[in-house]
Amino acid sequence: MNAPFKRPAAGLSRREVIVTATAAGGALLIGCSPTDLVSAGSKVEVGAFGPFVKVAPDGAVTVVCKHIEFGQGNHAGLAAIVAEEMDADWSKVGWEHAPANAKLYANGALGAQLTGGSSAISNSWDQLRKAGAAARAMFVQAAANRWNVGVGEITVKDGMVSHAASGRTADFRELLPDAARVTPPEEPTLKDPAQFTLIGTDRVRRKDSRAKSTGEQVFTQDGRLPDMLVAMVAHPPRFGAKVASFDAAAAKKVAGVVEVYEIPSGVAVVAENTWAARQGRDALTVEWDEAEAETRGSAQILERFQKVAAGQAEPAEGEEWQAFESKGDAAAQSGGEALEVGYDFPYLAHATMEPMNCVAQVDGNKVKLTFASQGPTLDQLNVAKIVANLPGAVEIETLPAGGSFGRRATFQSDYVVECVHIAKKVGKNRPVKLVWTREDDMAAGYFRPLVHHRVKVLTDAEGYPKAWTHRIVTQSIMKGAPFGGGGLDETAVEGAKGSPYLVATPHVDAQLLTPDIGVPVLWWRSVGATHTAFVMEHTIDQLARKAGKDPVEYRRALYRKADAKRHLAVLDLAAEKAGWTEPAPAGWTRGVAVHESFGSVVAQVAEVKVENGEPKVGRVVTAIDCGTAISPDQIAAQMEGGTCYGLSAALYGEVTLTEGRVDQLNFDSYRVLRHNEAPRVETYIVPKPAGAHPTGVGEPGTPVIGPAVANALLVINKAPVTAQPFVKA
Amino acid sequence: MAATLDINGKSQTVQAAGDTPLLWVLRDELGLTGTKYGCGIAQCGACTVLADGAPIRSCVTPLEAVAGAKITTIEGLGGNHPLQEAWVKLDVPQCGYCQSGQIMSAAALLEASPNPTDEEIDGAMAGNICRCGAYQRIHAAIKDAAGQPAAAPAADEA
Repeated sequence: MNAPFKRPAAGLSRREVIVTATAAGGALLIGCSPTDLVSAGSKVEVGAFGPFVKVAPDGAVTVVCKHIEFGQGNHAGLAAIVAEEMDADWSKVGWEHAPANAKLYANGALGAQLTGGSSAISNSWDQLRKAGAAARAMFVQAAANRWNVGVGEITVKDGMVSHAASGRTADFRELLPDAARVTPPEEPTLKDPAQFTLIGTDRVRRKDSRAKSTGEQVFTQDGRLPDMLVAMVAHPPRFGAKVASFDAAAAKKVAGVVEVYEIPSGVAVVAENTWAARQGRDALTVEWDEAEAETRGSAQILERFQKVAAGQAEPAEGEEWQAFESKGDAAAQSGGEALEVGYDFPYLAHATMEPMNCVAQVDGNKVKLTFASQGPTLDQLNVAKIVANLPGAVEIETLPAGGSFGRRATFQSDYVVECVHIAKKVGKNRPVKLVWTREDDMAAGYFRPLVHHRVKVLTDAEGYPKAWTHRIVTQSIMKGAPFGGGGLDETAVEGAKGSPYLVATPHVDAQLLTPDIGVPVLWWRSVGATHTAFVMEHTIDQLARKAGKDPVEYRRALYRKADAKRHLAVLDLAAEKAGWTEPAPAGWTRGVAVHESFGSVVAQVAEVKVENGEPKVGRVVTAIDCGTAISPDQIAAQMEGGTCYGLSAALYGEVTLTEGRVDQLNFDSYRVLRHNEAPRVETYIVPKPAGAHPTGVGEPGTPVIGPAVANALLVINKAPVTAQPFVKA
Repeated sequence: MAATLDINGKSQTVQAAGDTPLLWVLRDELGLTGTKYGCGIAQCGACTVLADGAPIRSCVTPLEAVAGAKITTIEGLGGNHPLQEAWVKLDVPQCGYCQSGQIMSAAALLEASPNPTDEEIDGAMAGNICRCGAYQRIHAAIKDAAGQPAAAPAADEA
C-alpha cells in the first residue's frame, strides 16, 4: 500500500535531486535519492489498517489524506475512494492531513510528498482503493472467524458487517479488536466499479463546509500557541537586493516589539502581537545593497521578448532556441492565406486570500512547522539545511490553506525558510508566526511568468492549417529548481506541444526560448496552459473566421484529422447544451474554446457582451471529461471556481515592474474578479465507462474561459485579442 | 490603554491603543480568529464584521471608532444562522478563508433587505473578494437563505 518509490535515473549522484517535467502536462517529477526520501520521513505510527485508514474505538473511520486541502475539495474525493471500497458509513467518515513522510505519502505522479499538477485524486485512485479494500477484508475476516462462517458469505454495507444466512450482524466498532489483528491482504480484491454506491453520487460532498461557515476552521494565520511571537520582515524593494545596513532603534521603541534580527531575506521584527510587529516593521530604516538586483521593467522585458520572437533581435549569450514540435518543412511552404499574430501575457500574482505565513519552532537542530505545507518534502529538504539536520527530523503539521493556486510549493520554500531563520534566532522551541502583509505577498514574486508568443500559420485551399510556425519566449519555471533541471521546460510549452491542431498540421516548426530574468516565477493554476490554451484556441478561431467556417465545425474537422476523440466529445456536449446552432440570447455573443490539461479535456461556450466598455460574461456552459467522476458536485465547484480564476486573469490580471519594483501591491491596483462580474457556470460531465481512471479537475477549468471570451470578442470587435489582460488599468 | 467593547452581546475589556485596528483586537486580544486579515486596506472584505448591524471593514476601523457600538463577528451568528445553513447545504466554501467576511456582508444585506434582488446581492457583495471563485454559490446561498427558489443542480452527468 506504500506510495511508489521513485528511484533516480542511472548516472545521477546519490544526493542529486532531479526535477523534470513529465509528458502529463507539466506535472513535476521529483526523484529524490533513496537516502533523501527515506530520511524525509518523520516518525509516523502506522496503525493496523495501514498509513491511510484509521478506525477509532467507536468505529469511526478517518482517512489520512497525503494531499493538502486548499479549496479543491480533494479531501472528500480521497475519503470517498476509501469509504467506497471499505463500505464504510460515509456520514461517519472523517479525514485528516498526513504528516510529512515521503516514504509513506509521496505523490505517485511526482515522486515527492507534494500536491500539484491536479493529481491528488488520480495518483491516489489505485492506492486508496486498495487501502479501503484491505481494511474491509480485515473486518470481513474478523467476522468470519467470530461466526465460524466463510468470508464469501459475509456482506458489508454502511459500516455494518452481516451474515445473511444466520442473521448475525456486527458493526466496525464491535469487530475492531479482532479486525485489527488480521494480517492485511497484500492484494485485496477490489470492487467491480459497476457496483459503486458512493463514488459518482451527490452524496460525495465536502466535510469542511460547516467549519468554514462558522469561523471555526483554523488556518495558519489563526495559529495561537502558548508564548508565541509574531514576526514581520522588511524585504528589499527589488528582487536580488540584500540588506546593506539598518537602524532598529525606532522599531524597538514600539510597544510590544521584542527583538529585531537581520536574516538572509531582510530584517525581521519579532513582537508580542501582529499589530506591534507591523508597527515595528514600519519603523525600521533599512539601506539596501542593490548591486545584484533586477532593475529592468516589465515593459522593457516584454519588448525584448517580442523582438527576439520576431527575429528582430538575437538571443543573448547562453540563450538557445529549443524545438518542441518539429515536422515537415514549415519554412519552405508558400501560398494560401497567412495569419501572423503576436500575443502578450503579463506576470500574474496568485493573490491567495490568505497571504503567505508559517509557524516555526526551533530548538537546536530540531524544527517543528505548523502551516499549510503544499510540498512537505521540499520544505523538509530546504529547512533541514538551515538547522543542519536530516530532512526527516523536520516535523510538519499541515493545516488547510486559504488558497494556494501553486504559490505554496516553491523549490526554495521561500517564506518557510524565512520563518525558520527567525525562529532559529529566537530559539528555545518558542513558536514564531511569520505573517506577510498583502503587500509583502504581492512584492515577493513567484509570479506566473511574463510570456510572448508569435504564431504564423499558412492555410491550405480549404482554410485548414498547412504550416504552423510558433515561437514562445518566457522565463523558465523549472530553471528555478535548486538541483538539476535543464532540457526543455515542458511547463512552458505544454498545451501547444501535443495540441491536436498541430497533430493535424503537416508542417510544424515550434520553438521555445527561455531568457534569464531576475524575477522569481512559479506555476500558477494550470501553469503553461494559462497562455498556450489562449494562443491555440484564439488562433484557431481567427483561422476559422478567415476560412468562413463555423468555429465548432472547424474544430471538429481538425479533431477528426488528429483523432482527438475526447476533444470531440466535450466539444459536442458543450455545443449541444449551449444551443450553439441556435441564436444567442439578444445582446449576447457566443465564443467557444477547448483545451486538454492535466489529463482532462474541457470545452466551454461563453456568452459575452460589452458593457461600459468592458467585457461582461454571463452564461458559461462547461463540458469536462475527467474519467470517473468521484464527486460531481466538487467537479462542478472546481469548474465554477477555475473559470472565475481564469477569467479574472484574462480580463484584469497584471503585475508590472517599474525599474524592477512591483507596481501592484494590493487589491486596489491588482484587480481581481468580483461577485458582480462572475459568470454563471453550468457543468456537464462526459459519461465514462465504470472504473475509468480519474484525471485532473483542480486546474483544467482555468485556461479555457480566456480564449472562449476572446473568441466572442473577435466576433463583436472584428479584431483579435492580442494581449492579456483585456481590460487595461 | 484599556477599552471596553460590546462584542457578540458580551462586554469585553481589552488592552490596546485607540488607533489599533479592530481586526487585530478581535483576533490577537480576544481570540476571535474567524474574522480574517486579507488586505489591510478595506479592499477585500475578509475582515467584515457588523457594527450596529452595518457591515464595516475591521482592518481599517480603529478601536476608538467603535466605542459604544454593538459589534457582531462570525462567531456571534451562532453557527446555525440561515445563511450558515445555506452555506453548508450548497457547499459554498472552497478554501474558506474569505467566507466569514462573505457571510457577514450577506447577513447585513438580509437584515436590510430580507428578499433581495440579484442586483441588490451583486451590490452588497461586490466588496468581498473570493479568489477561489465561489461567487455563484455565494449568490445562490443568499437566495436560499432568503427563502427564494433554489438554483439548478450544480453538475449534470450528461
